[in-house]
Amino acid sequence: MYSEKVMELFRKPHNLGRMKNPDGVGKVGNPICGDVLYLYIKVKDNKIKDVKFETFGCAAAIATSSMITDLAKGKTLEEAKKITRENVAKEVGGLPPIKIHCSNLAADALHEAIKNYLKRKGKK
Amino acid sequence: MIYLDNAATTPVRKEVLEEMTPYFSKKYGNASSLHSLGREANRALQEARAKVADVINAMPEEIYFTSGGSEADNTALKGLAFANKDKGNHIIISSIEHDAVLNTCKFLEQNGFEVTYLPVDKYGFVNCDDIEKVITKKTILISVMHANNEIGTIEPIANIGSLAQEKGVYFHTDAVQTFGKIPIDVEKMGIDLLSASSHKVYGPKGVGALYVKKGIEIQPLIHGGGHENGLRSGTENVAGIVGFGKAAELAENERAIEAGREIKLRDKLIKGALKIKNSYLNGHPTIRLPNNANFSFKFIEGEGLVLDLDGYGIAASTGSACSSKSLEPSHVLLAIGLKHEEAHGSLRLSLGRDTNDRDINYVLKVLPKSVERLRKISPYKKKFMFKGLKGETHV
Repeated sequence: MYSEKVMELFRKPHNLGRMKNPDGVGKVGNPICGDVLYLYIKVKDNKIKDVKFETFGCAAAIATSSMITDLAKGKTLEEAKKITRENVAKEVGGLPPIKIHCSNLAADALHEAIKNYLKRKGKK
Repeated sequence: MIYLDNAATTPVRKEVLEEMTPYFSKKYGNASSLHSLGREANRALQEARAKVADVINAMPEEIYFTSGGSEADNTALKGLAFANKDKGNHIIISSIEHDAVLNTCKFLEQNGFEVTYLPVDKYGFVNCDDIEKVITKKTILISVMHANNEIGTIEPIANIGSLAQEKGVYFHTDAVQTFGKIPIDVEKMGIDLLSASSHKVYGPKGVGALYVKKGIEIQPLIHGGGHENGLRSGTENVAGIVGFGKAAELAENERAIEAGREIKLRDKLIKGALKIKNSYLNGHPTIRLPNNANFSFKFIEGEGLVLDLDGYGIAASTGSACSSKSLEPSHVLLAIGLKHEEAHGSLRLSLGRDTNDRDINYVLKVLPKSVERLRKISPYKKKFMFKGLKGETHV
């Protein structure tokens, strides 16, 4: 059902955990649906310097969360904004049709985190 | 592999396989044929029929072989509904029935029948008084499962059976999880129709049975050559049926001892697993299937837990949405009052003949680790730390 990549990232997710004093936080999903993703970013010189995540959800949700952190790390904000839902799905070796919303969630969380960062920055 | 998914299916027993084997290539006759090979096959069918009947105290001629539990449920509900549509169009079922009953009722609703879905209490029990209140002149059938496949709760079917008799309404029970596992007596329990399955009791897949009390008329689903007394046409799956007969006989002979053994292991498992913080048992603590334990672990999702346990060599299952074809969490867990997010975090461990004390010890060693790992990934474990953040909506 799941690709090897999904299982690998589910077993050993990268960039796991809560971030202290993040510059931006993206929170997406709904516990009622069974998937919630918190994505934290640290930004320096317009680049995503660090990313961390926490996820309540199935193996696909955990794996795609991990994947989005790897994809976003080191990218400029402009580059990161261009990471799509499809990119995430492709990078984890595809997902069963019913799990596509997980990759959507991961990309959405990143975009939300960037939005949140820009909003906070604007307020300063 | 420690296999704790016996509610899903069981391995075919050695004795069962041995009994079946000759019927594939040596005793391959069509049970309808007149020649000796055919008669041999027919005799084997009748023997199996008697063995299955014995388990539930029925007569052999009241047993109809099907392709499994789902077909038995479909035949019982549609067959009885269509045969009695002149008498009434109302059916009463519990809200925690197996999909084979639930979705058959949905189909019947689209075809002019009315279905009442009974609520259950926090343990999953149907209340007899609730049934009495909703019975009308148009009610033709009550269908309540003997025990629930997810949470293991055993329903008060003898009470429901006597109520149905008193009101002159037919009573069907899906006994797929209880056949050969806990005592069933169709006469004493007032059961008119009963569904059973072979592969839950160490028989082959693709075989089941429907008990229909003598004198009750139902319409067949499959028309054809009139096999199974006209109720289920199609050349009989002789080898499978022989295997089911043997499995039924063995299960019934060993039932009391095996159930006692499994209950001990089950209770040890429940006691140990509930030591994990924020864990709950779903279903009733004692009035449950001897082999069923179902837990909810807060802050995590069930599918991840099943896959994590799989990594430790433990086969389990979940009622959670993500494991199935729909994204909705288990209708059973929602019906007993769990919140959506709690229903997503359920784990079913179902024991079997091969389960031993060492297995339970191993599970109790591994399970807390798996739960802990997934909670570390989950944002919810430190929910109070997030209180200050804006836009917080969870739990």
